[in-house]
Amino acid sequence: MINEIFLMNGYGIYVWSAFSFTLMSFGSLFFITKLQFLKERRKFVQKFGLLNGEAIKVAKSQKINQKILEGVLSSKI
Amino acid sequence: MLNFLEPNRIFVITSKAPKYVFFLFVIVFSIGLTEALFLSPEDYKQSHSVRIMYVHVPSAWISLGIFSIIAFLSILSFILKNKNLPLISKSLAPSGFVFNIIALVTGAIWGKPTWGTWWAWDARITSMLILALFYSMYLLSWKIFKNDEKVTKISSIIAILGVINVPIIKFSVDWWSTLHQSSSVKILSTTTIHTSMLIPLAIMTAAFTLFSILIFLMKYNTELIKIKNKGLDRL
Repeated sequence: MINEIFLMNGYGIYVWSAFSFTLMSFGSLFFITKLQFLKERRKFVQKFGLLNGEAIKVAKSQKINQKILEGVLSSKI
Repeated sequence: MLNFLEPNRIFVITSKAPKYVFFLFVIVFSIGLTEALFLSPEDYKQSHSVRIMYVHVPSAWISLGIFSIIAFLSILSFILKNKNLPLISKSLAPSGFVFNIIALVTGAIWGKPTWGTWWAWDARITSMLILALFYSMYLLSWKIFKNDEKVTKISSIIAILGVINVPIIKFSVDWWSTLHQSSSVKILSTTTIHTSMLIPLAIMTAAFTLFSILIFLMKYNTELIKIKNKGLDRL
């Protein structure tokens, strides 16, 4: 049974390598995209922290900025 | 006119959506893999090698679909001068490119036991390779040019020129004598693939679509934060 699943009448090497390549591509693309996202969000938090009085008010008034910061908080929980 | 495409509105949805899409993707993909690798029958001619179809065909379909959407959005951005459309296109391109590469590589792996060769300069394979080149040019244009207006124009031109290749890929098997068989899954006429194989193929296509949506959402959120970072510099 196990042999049949892995060997697949001699086609196992082709089938498993095609599926493995697909899974590896998915994994790589997901992690690269995730890393890029986290990098940009970290940059945003750093820049936001450096803002002074009036600039903070302006930045906080924008809904999208609030959402980005909310995302940072919720991902830390 | 395109108020719903305003980034502030979209971000409310796109910032929350990835976790739900990811969850759904894991479920559908697990079912798809079980069907494709263990439950679906082997082919009477190709034996178990037919299972490669469940990753090869959906990848090819999605890479073609994404490129067509990118080209359509590029034409729209020329007409409507909307700045969000190129951002959507840019966020779609990485998953389209990866699916294109998966289609080429799994196709080569399938070709060896079926045709006796990893590669042939067959019309379908060659036109898919050309699509990969257009994807590369499109993605490179965003890396090379820093001026927003210039990069939008250049990348849109690449997408519009590249989409000419899409019907060539689709009909290459009918127009030329190729190693590829003609389409088994048809929208307008009877599908010639058995249900026992059509169901896993449909499930895997759904899973791959969910994955491309997931990557699109993550990439789009990254692009919006990038823009906001530039905005903070100006404050």
